[in-house]
Amino acid sequence: MSTPAIEILGLTKDYPVGFWHQRMRRSLDNLTLRVEEGEVFGFLGPNGAGKTTTLKLLTGLIFPTSGTARVRGRSIDDVQMHREIGYLPEQPYFYDYLTARELLDYYARFSDYGAAERRERVERFLERVGLASAGNVQLRKFSKGMLQRAGIAQAILHDPPVVFLDEPMSGLDPIGRREVRDIILELKRQGRTVFFSTHILSDAEMLCDRVAVLVGGKLQGVGAPSEIVSIEVHAMEILFEVRDGRALPPGLATRATRIGGRNRMEVPEAELYGTLDQLRGCDARILSIAPVRPTLEDYFIQLVGREQTVAHAVEGMKR
Amino acid sequence: MSAMPGVVAINTFREAVRDRVLYNLIFFALMMIGAAVMVGQISIGIERLVIINLGLSAIAIFGLVMAIFIGVGLVYKEMEKRTLYSLLAKPIRRSEFIVGKYAGLLLTLAVNTGFMTLGLAAALFYVGRPFVRSDASILVAIYFILLELALVTAFALFFSCFSSPMLSTLFTLGIYVTGVFAKDVRDFGELTRSPLLKSLTSVLYYLIPNFHNFNATAAAAHGEPIPFSLIWQNTLYALLYVLLILLAASAVFSRRNLK
Repeated sequence: MSTPAIEILGLTKDYPVGFWHQRMRRSLDNLTLRVEEGEVFGFLGPNGAGKTTTLKLLTGLIFPTSGTARVRGRSIDDVQMHREIGYLPEQPYFYDYLTARELLDYYARFSDYGAAERRERVERFLERVGLASAGNVQLRKFSKGMLQRAGIAQAILHDPPVVFLDEPMSGLDPIGRREVRDIILELKRQGRTVFFSTHILSDAEMLCDRVAVLVGGKLQGVGAPSEIVSIEVHAMEILFEVRDGRALPPGLATRATRIGGRNRMEVPEAELYGTLDQLRGCDARILSIAPVRPTLEDYFIQLVGREQTVAHAVEGMKR
Repeated sequence: MSAMPGVVAINTFREAVRDRVLYNLIFFALMMIGAAVMVGQISIGIERLVIINLGLSAIAIFGLVMAIFIGVGLVYKEMEKRTLYSLLAKPIRRSEFIVGKYAGLLLTLAVNTGFMTLGLAAALFYVGRPFVRSDASILVAIYFILLELALVTAFALFFSCFSSPMLSTLFTLGIYVTGVFAKDVRDFGELTRSPLLKSLTSVLYYLIPNFHNFNATAAAAHGEPIPFSLIWQNTLYALLYVLLILLAASAVFSRRNLK
Protein backbone atom coordinates (compact mmCIF):
# COMPACT_ATOMS: atom_id res chain seq x y z
CA MET A 1 0.00 0.00 0.00
CA SER A 2 1.47 3.37 -1.00
CA THR A 3 2.07 6.15 1.50
CA PRO A 4 -0.95 8.44 1.56
CA ALA A 5 -0.51 12.17 0.98
CA ILE A 6 -2.31 12.93 4.23
CA GLU A 7 -3.06 10.48 7.00
CA ILE A 8 -5.02 11.71 10.00
CA LEU A 9 -5.32 9.34 12.96
CA GLY A 10 -7.75 10.15 15.76
CA LEU A 11 -6.97 13.85 15.75
CA THR A 12 -8.70 15.60 18.63
CA LYS A 13 -8.49 19.20 19.76
CA ASP A 14 -9.90 20.67 22.95
CA TYR A 15 -9.82 24.39 23.67
CA PRO A 16 -10.01 25.78 27.19
CA VAL A 17 -12.92 28.14 27.70
CA GLY A 18 -13.98 30.51 30.47
CA PHE A 19 -11.94 33.13 32.29
CA TRP A 20 -9.94 30.61 34.30
CA HIS A 21 -9.82 28.09 31.46
CA GLN A 22 -11.49 25.61 33.77
CA ARG A 23 -13.66 24.05 31.07
CA MET A 24 -12.69 22.45 27.79
CA ARG A 25 -14.58 22.62 24.54
CA ARG A 26 -13.99 19.96 21.92
CA SER A 27 -13.42 21.51 18.54
CA LEU A 28 -12.34 18.39 16.71
CA ASP A 29 -13.35 14.93 17.79
CA ASN A 30 -11.29 11.88 16.88
CA LEU A 31 -10.90 12.69 13.19
CA THR A 32 -9.49 9.86 11.11
CA LEU A 33 -9.03 10.44 7.42
CA ARG A 34 -6.80 9.37 4.55
CA VAL A 35 -6.16 11.40 1.44
CA GLU A 36 -4.31 9.78 -1.44
CA GLU A 37 -1.57 11.35 -3.56
CA GLY A 38 -2.93 13.45 -6.41
CA GLU A 39 -6.43 13.77 -4.97
CA VAL A 40 -8.39 16.99 -4.78
CA PHE A 41 -10.10 16.64 -1.44
CA GLY A 42 -12.87 18.94 -0.25
CA PHE A 43 -13.43 19.55 3.42
CA LEU A 44 -16.97 20.71 4.01
CA GLY A 45 -18.84 21.80 7.07
CA PRO A 46 -20.76 24.70 8.59
CA ASN A 47 -19.09 27.51 10.52
CA GLY A 48 -17.48 26.19 13.68
CA ALA A 49 -17.40 22.60 12.37
CA GLY A 50 -13.66 22.25 12.94
CA LYS A 51 -12.40 22.69 9.37
CA THR A 52 -9.95 25.48 10.14
CA THR A 53 -8.91 23.70 13.34
CA THR A 54 -8.01 20.63 11.27
CA LEU A 55 -5.98 22.69 8.82
CA LYS A 56 -4.18 24.50 11.64
CA LEU A 57 -3.35 21.16 13.26
CA LEU A 58 -2.02 19.79 9.98
CA THR A 59 0.15 22.86 9.42
CA GLY A 60 1.51 22.90 12.97
CA LEU A 61 -0.08 26.19 14.03
CA ILE A 62 -1.84 24.48 16.93
CA PHE A 63 -1.14 21.23 18.70
CA PRO A 64 -3.49 18.25 19.04
CA THR A 65 -4.94 17.22 22.38
CA SER A 66 -4.62 13.65 21.14
CA GLY A 67 -4.08 11.78 17.92
CA THR A 68 -1.58 12.42 15.20
CA ALA A 69 -1.25 13.05 11.51
CA ARG A 70 1.30 12.50 8.79
CA VAL A 71 1.88 14.25 5.52
CA ARG A 72 3.61 12.03 2.95
CA GLY A 73 4.77 9.85 5.79
CA ARG A 74 6.24 12.70 7.86
CA SER A 75 4.75 13.52 11.22
CA ILE A 76 3.17 16.97 11.54
CA ASP A 77 5.61 17.59 14.44
CA ASP A 78 8.55 17.34 12.05
CA VAL A 79 9.63 20.73 10.72
CA GLN A 80 10.79 19.02 7.50
CA MET A 81 7.15 18.13 6.85
CA HIS A 82 6.68 21.83 6.05
CA ARG A 83 8.82 21.43 2.93
CA GLU A 84 6.09 19.16 1.57
CA ILE A 85 3.19 21.56 2.11
CA GLY A 86 1.82 24.89 0.99
CA TYR A 87 -0.83 26.64 3.05
CA LEU A 88 -3.31 29.40 2.39
CA PRO A 89 -4.87 30.53 5.69
CA GLU A 90 -8.47 31.66 5.88
CA GLN A 91 -8.70 35.39 5.15
CA PRO A 92 -4.95 35.70 4.82
CA TYR A 93 -3.17 38.74 6.14
CA PHE A 94 0.38 39.56 5.23
CA TYR A 95 3.05 42.13 6.08
CA ASP A 96 1.32 45.15 4.63
CA TYR A 97 4.52 47.18 4.36
CA LEU A 98 5.81 44.77 1.71
CA THR A 99 4.92 44.77 -1.95
CA ALA A 100 3.52 41.57 -3.46
CA ARG A 101 6.88 40.94 -5.14
CA GLU A 102 8.78 41.41 -1.85
CA LEU A 103 6.33 39.17 -0.02
CA LEU A 104 6.82 36.30 -2.43
CA ASP A 105 10.57 36.85 -2.43
CA TYR A 106 10.51 36.71 1.39
CA TYR A 107 8.63 33.42 1.46
CA ALA A 108 10.78 31.97 -1.34
CA ARG A 109 13.82 32.48 0.88
CA PHE A 110 12.53 29.72 3.17
CA SER A 111 13.10 27.27 0.33
CA ASP A 112 16.65 26.71 -0.80
CA TYR A 113 16.55 28.57 -4.08
CA GLY A 114 19.37 30.61 -5.53
CA ALA A 115 18.74 34.31 -6.20
CA ALA A 116 18.08 33.81 -9.93
CA GLU A 117 15.61 30.97 -9.43
CA ARG A 118 13.88 32.89 -6.63
CA ARG A 119 13.39 35.89 -8.90
CA GLU A 120 12.12 33.73 -11.73
CA ARG A 121 9.64 31.96 -9.47
CA VAL A 122 8.35 35.17 -7.95
CA GLU A 123 7.64 36.61 -11.41
CA ARG A 124 6.09 33.36 -12.65
CA PHE A 125 3.72 33.04 -9.71
CA LEU A 126 2.78 36.73 -9.70
CA GLU A 127 1.78 36.18 -13.32
CA ARG A 128 0.02 32.92 -12.46
CA VAL A 129 -2.33 34.54 -9.94
CA GLY A 130 -2.90 37.67 -12.01
CA LEU A 131 -0.84 40.05 -9.87
CA ALA A 132 1.96 40.78 -12.33
CA SER A 133 0.90 44.41 -12.79
CA ALA A 134 0.46 44.88 -9.02
CA GLY A 135 3.82 43.37 -8.07
CA ASN A 136 5.25 46.66 -6.81
CA VAL A 137 2.15 47.76 -4.90
CA GLN A 138 2.29 47.56 -1.10
CA LEU A 139 -0.09 44.96 0.30
CA ARG A 140 -1.82 47.58 2.48
CA LYS A 141 -3.34 48.88 -0.75
CA PHE A 142 -4.59 45.45 -1.83
CA SER A 143 -8.27 44.48 -1.96
CA LYS A 144 -9.43 41.31 -0.22
CA GLY A 145 -9.45 39.44 -3.50
CA MET A 146 -5.92 40.56 -4.34
CA LEU A 147 -4.71 39.45 -0.90
CA GLN A 148 -6.31 36.07 -1.54
CA ARG A 149 -4.41 35.81 -4.81
CA ALA A 150 -1.13 36.74 -3.09
CA GLY A 151 -1.95 34.09 -0.48
CA ILE A 152 -2.44 31.43 -3.11
CA ALA A 153 0.81 32.43 -4.81
CA GLN A 154 2.82 32.06 -1.58
CA ALA A 155 1.18 28.69 -0.92
CA ILE A 156 2.25 27.17 -4.24
CA LEU A 157 5.43 29.16 -4.86
CA HIS A 158 7.75 26.31 -3.87
CA ASP A 159 5.86 23.59 -5.78
CA PRO A 160 4.71 21.69 -2.68
CA PRO A 161 3.33 18.19 -3.31
CA VAL A 162 0.49 18.84 -0.82
CA VAL A 163 -1.45 22.11 -0.79
CA PHE A 164 -3.79 23.11 2.03
CA LEU A 165 -6.24 25.86 1.15
CA ASP A 166 -8.61 27.26 3.78
CA GLU A 167 -11.62 28.76 2.01
CA PRO A 168 -9.66 29.64 -1.14
CA MET A 169 -12.68 31.14 -2.95
CA SER A 170 -13.55 33.44 -0.06
CA GLY A 171 -13.63 37.11 -1.01
CA LEU A 172 -13.16 36.48 -4.70
CA ASP A 173 -15.35 37.77 -7.52
CA PRO A 174 -16.65 35.26 -10.11
CA ILE A 175 -13.56 35.73 -12.30
CA GLY A 176 -11.26 35.23 -9.31
CA ARG A 177 -13.16 32.09 -8.30
CA ARG A 178 -12.83 30.74 -11.79
CA GLU A 179 -9.09 31.42 -11.73
CA VAL A 180 -8.68 29.65 -8.39
CA ARG A 181 -10.62 26.68 -9.73
CA ASP A 182 -8.26 26.62 -12.72
CA ILE A 183 -5.25 26.72 -10.38
CA ILE A 184 -6.62 23.80 -8.35
CA LEU A 185 -7.23 21.81 -11.53
CA GLU A 186 -3.74 22.65 -12.77
CA LEU A 187 -2.27 21.46 -9.46
CA LYS A 188 -4.20 18.24 -9.90
CA ARG A 189 -2.85 17.81 -13.42
CA GLN A 190 0.64 18.24 -12.00
CA GLY A 191 -0.10 15.34 -9.64
CA ARG A 192 -0.26 17.44 -6.48
CA THR A 193 -2.66 16.78 -3.64
CA VAL A 194 -5.04 19.60 -2.82
CA PHE A 195 -6.90 19.62 0.48
CA PHE A 196 -9.27 22.54 0.73
CA SER A 197 -12.12 23.66 2.92
CA THR A 198 -15.01 25.50 1.39
CA HIS A 199 -18.52 26.71 1.95
CA ILE A 200 -19.19 26.84 -1.77
CA LEU A 201 -20.53 23.39 -2.42
CA SER A 202 -20.82 23.76 -6.16
CA ASP A 203 -17.06 24.33 -6.26
CA ALA A 204 -16.47 21.21 -4.19
CA GLU A 205 -18.78 19.22 -6.44
CA MET A 206 -17.01 20.49 -9.54
CA LEU A 207 -13.41 20.07 -8.32
CA CYS A 208 -13.18 17.30 -5.77
CA ASP A 209 -12.36 13.65 -6.25
CA ARG A 210 -13.65 13.12 -2.72
CA VAL A 211 -15.15 15.23 0.00
CA ALA A 212 -15.52 14.89 3.75
CA VAL A 213 -18.30 16.53 5.72
CA LEU A 214 -17.55 17.68 9.24
CA VAL A 215 -20.23 18.80 11.69
CA GLY A 216 -19.59 19.81 15.28
CA GLY A 217 -16.03 18.51 15.08
CA LYS A 218 -17.17 15.06 14.00
CA LEU A 219 -16.73 13.47 10.64
CA GLN A 220 -20.12 12.73 9.10
CA GLY A 221 -19.20 11.22 5.78
CA VAL A 222 -16.41 10.77 3.25
CA GLY A 223 -16.59 9.83 -0.38
CA ALA A 224 -16.80 10.98 -3.97
CA PRO A 225 -19.50 13.62 -4.41
CA SER A 226 -21.40 11.22 -6.65
CA GLU A 227 -21.20 8.49 -4.01
CA ILE A 228 -22.20 10.75 -1.17
CA VAL A 229 -25.11 12.17 -3.11
CA SER A 230 -27.55 9.57 -4.37
CA ILE A 231 -27.82 9.69 -8.16
CA GLU A 232 -31.51 8.76 -8.04
CA VAL A 233 -33.76 11.23 -9.76
CA HIS A 234 -35.84 13.09 -7.21
CA ALA A 235 -38.18 14.83 -9.60
CA MET A 236 -38.52 16.27 -13.10
CA GLU A 237 -38.19 19.95 -13.78
CA ILE A 238 -40.42 21.44 -16.50
CA LEU A 239 -39.75 24.89 -17.87
CA PHE A 240 -42.61 26.35 -19.94
CA GLU A 241 -44.23 29.51 -21.31
CA VAL A 242 -47.95 30.28 -21.32
CA ARG A 243 -49.22 32.07 -24.39
CA ASP A 244 -50.75 35.54 -23.96
CA GLY A 245 -54.22 35.60 -22.50
CA ARG A 246 -54.20 31.94 -21.51
CA ALA A 247 -54.44 30.96 -17.82
CA LEU A 248 -53.13 27.82 -16.19
CA PRO A 249 -55.62 25.43 -14.61
CA PRO A 250 -55.69 25.99 -10.78
CA GLY A 251 -53.99 22.62 -10.12
CA LEU A 252 -50.96 23.65 -12.18
CA ALA A 253 -50.93 27.34 -11.30
CA THR A 254 -50.33 26.64 -7.62
CA ARG A 255 -47.37 24.37 -8.38
CA ALA A 256 -45.63 26.57 -10.94
CA THR A 257 -43.22 29.38 -10.09
CA ARG A 258 -42.95 32.32 -12.45
CA ILE A 259 -39.38 33.35 -13.19
CA GLY A 260 -38.72 36.13 -15.71
CA GLY A 261 -41.71 35.45 -17.99
CA ARG A 262 -41.24 31.71 -17.78
CA ASN A 263 -42.77 29.10 -15.49
CA ARG A 264 -40.91 26.42 -13.61
CA MET A 265 -42.45 23.37 -12.05
CA GLU A 266 -41.10 20.27 -10.32
CA VAL A 267 -43.21 17.14 -10.56
CA PRO A 268 -42.62 13.53 -9.46
CA GLU A 269 -41.31 11.40 -12.31
CA ALA A 270 -44.51 9.32 -12.39
CA GLU A 271 -46.66 12.40 -12.93
CA LEU A 272 -44.54 13.82 -15.77
CA TYR A 273 -46.65 12.71 -18.75
CA GLY A 274 -49.98 13.62 -17.09
CA THR A 275 -48.67 17.08 -16.32
CA LEU A 276 -47.37 17.51 -19.88
CA ASP A 277 -50.83 16.59 -21.23
CA GLN A 278 -52.38 19.21 -18.96
CA LEU A 279 -49.89 21.84 -20.15
CA ARG A 280 -50.54 20.99 -23.79
CA GLY A 281 -54.25 21.33 -23.04
CA CYS A 282 -53.79 24.97 -22.09
CA ASP A 283 -51.54 25.61 -25.13
CA ALA A 284 -48.38 26.05 -23.03
CA ARG A 285 -45.01 25.97 -24.82
CA ILE A 286 -42.62 23.46 -23.21
CA LEU A 287 -39.10 24.89 -23.14
CA SER A 288 -37.24 22.10 -21.36
CA ILE A 289 -37.65 18.98 -19.26
CA ALA A 290 -34.79 17.93 -17.02
CA PRO A 291 -34.29 15.43 -14.19
CA VAL A 292 -33.68 16.94 -10.73
CA ARG A 293 -30.92 15.17 -8.80
CA PRO A 294 -29.96 16.03 -5.28
CA THR A 295 -26.87 18.21 -5.09
CA LEU A 296 -24.10 18.16 -2.55
CA GLU A 297 -25.85 21.15 -1.07
CA ASP A 298 -29.03 19.13 -0.51
CA TYR A 299 -26.98 16.43 1.18
CA PHE A 300 -25.20 19.01 3.26
CA ILE A 301 -28.36 20.78 4.37
CA GLN A 302 -30.03 17.47 5.19
CA LEU A 303 -27.00 16.43 7.24
CA VAL A 304 -26.38 19.62 9.05
CA GLY A 305 -29.79 21.19 9.41
CA ARG A 306 -30.25 24.91 9.67
CA GLU A 307 -30.66 25.05 13.43
CA GLN A 308 -27.53 23.03 13.98
CA THR A 309 -25.56 25.26 11.63
CA VAL A 310 -26.53 28.34 13.61
CA ALA A 311 -25.90 26.62 16.95
CA HIS A 312 -22.38 25.63 15.92
CA ALA A 313 -21.67 29.06 14.54
CA VAL A 314 -22.72 30.61 17.87
CA GLU A 315 -20.51 28.20 19.78
CA GLY A 316 -17.68 28.95 17.39
CA MET A 317 -18.07 32.67 18.15
CA LYS A 318 -18.03 32.05 21.90
CA ARG A 319 -14.70 30.33 21.49
CA MET B 1 23.38 27.27 11.49
CA SER B 2 20.15 27.73 9.57
CA ALA B 3 19.69 30.86 7.47
CA MET B 4 16.03 31.15 8.53
CA PRO B 5 16.57 33.54 11.49
CA GLY B 6 18.54 35.83 9.17
CA VAL B 7 15.64 35.98 6.70
CA VAL B 8 13.23 36.88 9.53
CA ALA B 9 15.70 39.40 10.99
CA ILE B 10 16.13 41.29 7.73
CA ASN B 11 12.36 41.47 7.33
CA THR B 12 11.94 42.73 10.90
CA PHE B 13 14.52 45.43 10.20
CA ARG B 14 12.75 46.33 6.97
CA GLU B 15 9.45 46.61 8.86
CA ALA B 16 11.00 49.01 11.37
CA VAL B 17 12.46 51.15 8.60
CA ARG B 18 9.19 51.21 6.64
CA ASP B 19 7.21 52.00 9.78
CA ARG B 20 9.43 55.09 10.02
CA VAL B 21 10.88 54.01 13.35
CA LEU B 22 14.20 55.60 12.46
CA TYR B 23 12.47 58.99 12.27
CA ASN B 24 13.36 59.34 15.95
CA LEU B 25 16.84 60.17 14.67
CA ILE B 26 15.50 63.50 13.45
CA PHE B 27 14.44 64.41 17.00
CA PHE B 28 17.79 63.26 18.30
CA ALA B 29 19.64 65.34 15.68
CA LEU B 30 17.55 68.43 16.44
CA MET B 31 18.15 67.96 20.16
CA MET B 32 21.91 67.61 19.72
CA ILE B 33 22.08 70.66 17.43
CA GLY B 34 20.05 72.68 19.95
CA ALA B 35 22.19 71.50 22.85
CA ALA B 36 25.45 72.20 21.02
CA VAL B 37 24.34 75.73 20.16
CA MET B 38 23.07 76.36 23.70
CA VAL B 39 26.08 75.08 25.63
CA GLY B 40 28.24 77.28 23.41
CA GLN B 41 26.36 80.26 24.81
CA ILE B 42 26.07 79.39 28.49
CA SER B 43 28.89 77.26 29.68
CA ILE B 44 32.57 77.80 29.68
CA GLY B 45 34.72 74.70 29.79
CA ILE B 46 31.98 72.24 30.52
CA GLU B 47 30.64 71.84 26.97
CA ARG B 48 32.19 68.42 26.78
CA LEU B 49 30.54 67.24 29.99
CA VAL B 50 27.10 68.56 29.08
CA ILE B 51 27.13 67.31 25.49
CA ILE B 52 28.39 63.81 26.42
CA ASN B 53 25.96 63.48 29.32
CA LEU B 54 23.04 64.67 27.26
CA GLY B 55 24.03 62.63 24.20
CA LEU B 56 24.56 59.36 26.07
CA SER B 57 21.37 59.79 28.10
CA ALA B 58 19.39 60.48 24.94
CA ILE B 59 20.92 57.46 23.17
CA ALA B 60 19.94 55.27 26.14
CA ILE B 61 16.41 56.67 26.47
CA PHE B 62 15.62 56.67 22.76
CA GLY B 63 16.94 53.12 22.50
CA LEU B 64 15.03 51.99 25.57
CA VAL B 65 11.75 53.39 24.27
CA MET B 66 12.31 51.64 20.92
CA ALA B 67 13.39 48.35 22.50
CA ILE B 68 10.35 48.22 24.77
CA PHE B 69 7.66 49.54 22.47
CA ILE B 70 8.72 47.59 19.40
CA GLY B 71 9.88 44.56 21.39
CA VAL B 72 6.55 43.97 23.14
CA GLY B 73 4.79 43.77 19.78
CA LEU B 74 7.37 41.63 18.02
CA VAL B 75 5.58 38.30 18.43
CA TYR B 76 2.21 39.51 19.69
CA LYS B 77 1.53 41.62 16.61
CA GLU B 78 2.34 38.73 14.31
CA MET B 79 -0.05 36.48 16.22
CA GLU B 80 -2.77 39.12 16.37
CA LYS B 81 -2.53 40.04 12.71
CA ARG B 82 -2.14 36.38 11.77
CA THR B 83 0.89 37.11 9.58
CA LEU B 84 2.46 34.17 11.41
CA TYR B 85 0.10 31.64 9.87
CA SER B 86 1.63 31.53 6.44
CA LEU B 87 5.13 31.98 7.85
CA LEU B 88 5.04 29.10 10.33
CA ALA B 89 3.68 26.82 7.62
CA LYS B 90 7.10 27.22 5.98
CA PRO B 91 10.02 25.03 7.10
CA ILE B 92 11.06 27.31 9.96
CA ARG B 93 11.26 26.29 13.61
CA ARG B 94 9.51 28.52 16.10
CA SER B 95 12.78 29.02 17.94
CA GLU B 96 14.35 30.25 14.68
CA PHE B 97 11.51 32.71 14.30
CA ILE B 98 12.12 34.00 17.84
CA VAL B 99 15.84 34.40 17.22
CA GLY B 100 15.13 36.10 13.89
CA LYS B 101 12.70 38.61 15.38
CA TYR B 102 15.15 39.36 18.18
CA ALA B 103 18.09 39.81 15.81
CA GLY B 104 15.99 42.05 13.57
CA LEU B 105 15.13 44.45 16.36
CA LEU B 106 18.68 44.37 17.67
CA LEU B 107 19.92 45.28 14.20
CA THR B 108 17.45 48.18 14.11
CA LEU B 109 18.64 49.38 17.53
CA ALA B 110 22.29 49.04 16.51
CA VAL B 111 21.77 51.07 13.32
CA ASN B 112 19.78 53.66 15.28
CA THR B 113 22.47 53.84 17.96
CA GLY B 114 25.16 54.06 15.28
CA PHE B 115 23.53 57.12 13.71
CA MET B 116 23.03 58.71 17.13
CA THR B 117 26.70 58.13 17.89
CA LEU B 118 27.57 60.02 14.72
CA GLY B 119 25.22 62.81 15.86
CA LEU B 120 26.94 62.98 19.23
CA ALA B 121 30.34 63.09 17.55
CA ALA B 122 29.14 65.90 15.29
CA ALA B 123 27.86 67.88 18.30
CA LEU B 124 31.21 67.44 20.10
CA PHE B 125 33.01 68.52 16.95
CA TYR B 126 30.73 71.58 16.69
CA VAL B 127 31.58 72.79 20.20
CA GLY B 128 35.17 72.87 18.97
CA ARG B 129 36.70 70.12 20.93
CA PRO B 130 39.33 67.93 19.30
CA PHE B 131 38.91 64.20 19.80
CA VAL B 132 41.31 62.67 22.29
CA ARG B 133 42.30 59.16 23.30
CA SER B 134 40.07 59.15 26.39
CA ASP B 135 37.05 59.55 24.11
CA ALA B 136 37.22 55.78 23.71
CA SER B 137 35.24 55.75 26.98
CA ILE B 138 32.31 57.30 25.10
CA LEU B 139 32.34 54.42 22.65
CA VAL B 140 32.51 51.92 25.51
CA ALA B 141 29.58 53.68 27.21
CA ILE B 142 27.60 53.39 23.97
CA TYR B 143 28.56 49.72 23.72
CA PHE B 144 27.21 49.22 27.26
CA ILE B 145 23.97 50.95 26.25
CA LEU B 146 23.68 48.50 23.36
CA LEU B 147 24.21 45.56 25.74
CA GLU B 148 21.53 47.00 28.00
CA LEU B 149 19.17 47.35 25.03
CA ALA B 150 19.91 43.74 24.02
CA LEU B 151 18.77 42.61 27.45
CA VAL B 152 15.67 44.80 27.51
CA THR B 153 14.72 43.63 24.01
CA ALA B 154 15.04 40.00 25.07
CA PHE B 155 12.70 40.60 28.03
CA ALA B 156 10.19 42.50 25.88
CA LEU B 157 10.25 39.68 23.32
CA PHE B 158 9.83 37.05 26.03
CA PHE B 159 6.74 38.76 27.44
CA SER B 160 5.44 39.34 23.91
CA CYS B 161 5.19 35.57 23.49
CA PHE B 162 2.36 35.24 25.99
CA SER B 163 0.94 38.59 27.05
CA SER B 164 -0.56 41.71 25.53
CA PRO B 165 1.66 44.69 24.60
CA MET B 166 0.27 46.72 27.52
CA LEU B 167 1.16 44.06 30.10
CA SER B 168 4.46 43.28 28.41
CA THR B 169 5.40 46.96 28.57
CA LEU B 170 4.62 47.03 32.28
CA PHE B 171 6.56 43.84 32.95
CA THR B 172 9.58 44.94 30.92
CA LEU B 173 9.63 48.41 32.44
CA GLY B 174 9.25 46.88 35.89
CA ILE B 175 12.24 44.63 35.31
CA TYR B 176 14.28 47.49 33.90
CA VAL B 177 13.57 49.84 36.80
CA THR B 178 14.23 47.10 39.35
CA GLY B 179 17.42 46.21 37.47
CA VAL B 180 18.67 49.81 37.56
CA PHE B 181 18.19 49.81 41.34
CA ALA B 182 19.39 46.21 41.80
CA LYS B 183 22.22 47.29 44.08
CA ASP B 184 19.82 49.30 46.27
CA VAL B 185 17.50 46.30 46.50
CA ARG B 186 20.40 44.20 47.85
CA ASP B 187 21.48 46.98 50.24
CA PHE B 188 17.94 47.26 51.53
CA GLY B 189 17.91 43.50 52.19
CA GLU B 190 21.12 43.76 54.18
CA LEU B 191 19.70 46.54 56.33
CA THR B 192 16.44 44.82 57.17
CA ARG B 193 16.02 42.58 60.19
CA SER B 194 13.36 40.40 58.59
CA PRO B 195 14.95 37.14 57.38
CA LEU B 196 12.11 36.71 54.87
CA LEU B 197 12.67 40.14 53.34
CA LYS B 198 16.41 39.52 53.37
CA SER B 199 15.96 36.28 51.39
CA LEU B 200 13.45 37.90 49.03
CA THR B 201 15.70 40.83 48.16
CA SER B 202 18.60 38.47 47.77
CA VAL B 203 16.66 36.27 45.29
CA LEU B 204 15.45 39.37 43.45
CA TYR B 205 19.00 40.73 43.26
CA TYR B 206 20.31 37.59 41.61
CA LEU B 207 17.23 37.04 39.41
CA ILE B 208 16.82 40.52 37.98
CA PRO B 209 19.54 41.70 35.59
CA ASN B 210 21.79 44.31 37.12
CA PHE B 211 21.46 47.27 34.76
CA HIS B 212 23.46 49.49 37.09
CA ASN B 213 26.72 47.98 35.82
CA PHE B 214 25.90 49.06 32.26
CA ASN B 215 25.84 52.76 33.08
CA ALA B 216 29.21 54.28 32.16
CA THR B 217 27.92 57.74 31.27
CA ALA B 218 29.63 59.53 34.16
CA ALA B 219 32.99 57.91 33.46
CA ALA B 220 32.72 58.74 29.76
CA ALA B 221 31.72 62.35 30.48
CA HIS B 222 34.72 62.84 32.74
CA GLY B 223 37.07 61.07 30.35
CA GLU B 224 37.86 58.34 32.86
CA PRO B 225 39.06 55.05 31.40
CA ILE B 226 36.70 52.09 31.75
CA PRO B 227 38.48 48.94 32.92
CA PHE B 228 38.74 46.17 30.36
CA SER B 229 37.56 43.65 32.95
CA LEU B 230 34.22 45.49 33.19
CA ILE B 231 33.85 45.37 29.40
CA TRP B 232 34.21 41.61 29.14
CA GLN B 233 32.26 40.97 32.34
CA ASN B 234 29.34 43.03 31.04
CA THR B 235 29.57 41.38 27.64
CA LEU B 236 29.54 37.88 29.09
CA TYR B 237 26.79 38.77 31.54
CA ALA B 238 24.54 40.22 28.81
CA LEU B 239 25.23 37.32 26.43
CA LEU B 240 24.36 34.67 29.00
CA TYR B 241 21.28 36.50 30.16
CA VAL B 242 20.02 37.06 26.61
CA LEU B 243 20.65 33.41 25.78
CA LEU B 244 18.64 32.27 28.81
CA ILE B 245 15.74 34.59 28.05
CA LEU B 246 15.65 33.62 24.38
CA LEU B 247 15.64 29.96 25.39
CA ALA B 248 12.72 30.63 27.70
CA ALA B 249 10.91 32.64 25.01
CA SER B 250 11.43 29.81 22.49
CA ALA B 251 10.17 27.24 24.99
CA VAL B 252 7.02 29.26 25.70
CA PHE B 253 6.36 30.09 22.06
CA SER B 254 7.00 26.55 20.83
CA ARG B 255 4.10 25.30 22.94
CA ARG B 256 1.78 28.11 22.06
CA ASN B 257 -1.41 27.41 20.10
CA LEU B 258 -2.04 30.21 17.63
CA LYS B 259 -5.54 31.64 17.80
